[in-house]
Amino acid sequence: MKPIETKKDYQEYVEKKSPNSPIIKNCFNAFWVGGLICSIGQIIFNYCKYRGMDLQMSNTIVSIILIGISAFLTGLNLFNRIGKFAGAGSLVPITGFANSIVSPAMEYKSEGYVMGVGGKMFTVAGPVLVFGISASIVVGILYLIFNTQSITLV
Amino acid sequence: MEFLSSIDWMQMLRCFIVGGLICIIGQILIDKTKLTPARILVIFVTTGAVLGGLGIYQHLVDFAGCGATVPLTGFGNALAKGAIDEVSKSGLLGAFIGGTKAAARRYFGCNLLSGTLLH
Repeated sequence: MKPIETKKDYQEYVEKKSPNSPIIKNCFNAFWVGGLICSIGQIIFNYCKYRGMDLQMSNTIVSIILIGISAFLTGLNLFNRIGKFAGAGSLVPITGFANSIVSPAMEYKSEGYVMGVGGKMFTVAGPVLVFGISASIVVGILYLIFNTQSITLV
Repeated sequence: MEFLSSIDWMQMLRCFIVGGLICIIGQILIDKTKLTPARILVIFVTTGAVLGGLGIYQHLVDFAGCGATVPLTGFGNALAKGAIDEVSKSGLLGAFIGGTKAAARRYFGCNLLSGTLLH
């Protein structure tokens, strides 16, 4: 075997050796787990509607229940296993968001409550909230200027 | 059991498929790019906010219900919608208040609560 000299050679070597992740299987698992989580949300939503709550209230209750469940599962260390199996299927729904807050909070508890729990809690969720809220401010200002949602399909 | 018969099963199917497809997009981003999960979540929320601001995302919500609101793009959409609602109520200040208000309503409080209760 010829020696590896350039950076490019090395990258090719690494790519050849590293196991290629079975993307079709991953996507299938992500699809049905993600779909299932959304369907659970839909059932809760339908129940709230059935009990005569308004749209916003129902959405809030769906979020609270799903976040509660995933925080509970994270506490029992079950969520990691689901996450390993489903990948993005459990990451992309709000369950992943809740998990990203609770799991570092638990992990860094030993570093104390202020810098450990309080500081590390938002390592993943912090950027999400910052960018999300910044984008919403931009949207709000643009809406104020143009006073319309510019593109309306259909 | 009156509740069970009131469920629209076609709606449930649409919800399942759309929610699953959004997750597949996330999975492809994980497998094919070197983005960290945090960046993927940021991309999803920002995309949702932009689509929500343009009024496109609402069509997906009408079509798929919770299949569109439960993934993080729905969070972005809720933020944008909160900002727009607040702007039409209280003008410029609303742009700064609305998004945060929507975030608090849907996620912030319960996240903090569950985070601190569980240890």
